[in-house]
Amino acid sequence: MFRKPWWKILSFILLVYVCVAGFLIKVPQPPGVPLQQTIRNLFFHVPMWFGMMVLFTVSVIYSIKYLQNPTQINDANSFEFAKTGVLLGLLGFITGMIWANYQWGKPISGDPKQIGAAIAVLIYLAYFVLRGNVVDEKKARISAVYNIFAFCMLFPSIWIMPRLVESLHPGGMGSEGNPALNPKDSNAAMKLVFWPAVIGWTLFATWITTLNIRARLLFEKMHN
Amino acid sequence: MSKKIYLIVLFNLIRLISNAQTNTSKPIDFMNSEGKIFVVVAVVLVILFGLFYYVWRLDKKISKLEKSKN
Repeated sequence: MFRKPWWKILSFILLVYVCVAGFLIKVPQPPGVPLQQTIRNLFFHVPMWFGMMVLFTVSVIYSIKYLQNPTQINDANSFEFAKTGVLLGLLGFITGMIWANYQWGKPISGDPKQIGAAIAVLIYLAYFVLRGNVVDEKKARISAVYNIFAFCMLFPSIWIMPRLVESLHPGGMGSEGNPALNPKDSNAAMKLVFWPAVIGWTLFATWITTLNIRARLLFEKMHN
Repeated sequence: MSKKIYLIVLFNLIRLISNAQTNTSKPIDFMNSEGKIFVVVAVVLVILFGLFYYVWRLDKKISKLEKSKN
């Protein structure tokens, strides 16, 4: 399943397209919106969060599968998908800080979406601490249970809480708006780059994850 | 033979670089148009190609290991 390369090639083609079109398309610059050219970050910063969400979802599915059927493969899959998910989360956070520095004046300015994302990523970091500190055969089981908890915590921290309060993110209007993107800032041409970017970055992250899984299974095979 | 080709490439590169610095008054070419955004695109594409090449090689290496272990 992991070795058929069509989706690896697809991710390459999509990302080449994104890296060309992402810089070259005309972006709308409505008066009064201070985003200017930085709206192009939509093709690079936002797909990190979408990709993170997809990878965490895959990870939690494998955790549930592990609890039903405790195999080494299920455990390796859930752990490695969570690991790459956290990587994307950290990249999303760092790129967000760079963007925020020029847009909101400071890297971290107490924006609810930013704080929520930080909480979500920290909860996942605790997953690795937990996993690193349990040594017996319960390790995989305990981390599977914790992974399900961490996944559930994503919902209040990044999906619900930022929607209840005012946000600096475009479109943030308290409970009235979606604090991620104001539809007025974007147009149809940008969506034609944005969705390929989401798919391309997610597939690329999945590819790296499958390499990690295969290396981990090989390593475990060599040591048993 | 290969040394000769290497030298030809090197001299042409030097010629190109010195050209790029002097021809500001000439009509701008593709890479210098649109506020030189194509230069950024070229840089990003090189990084992307390098990244994918690296991961592709890693994939091949792990496949080889898997074959030898089975």
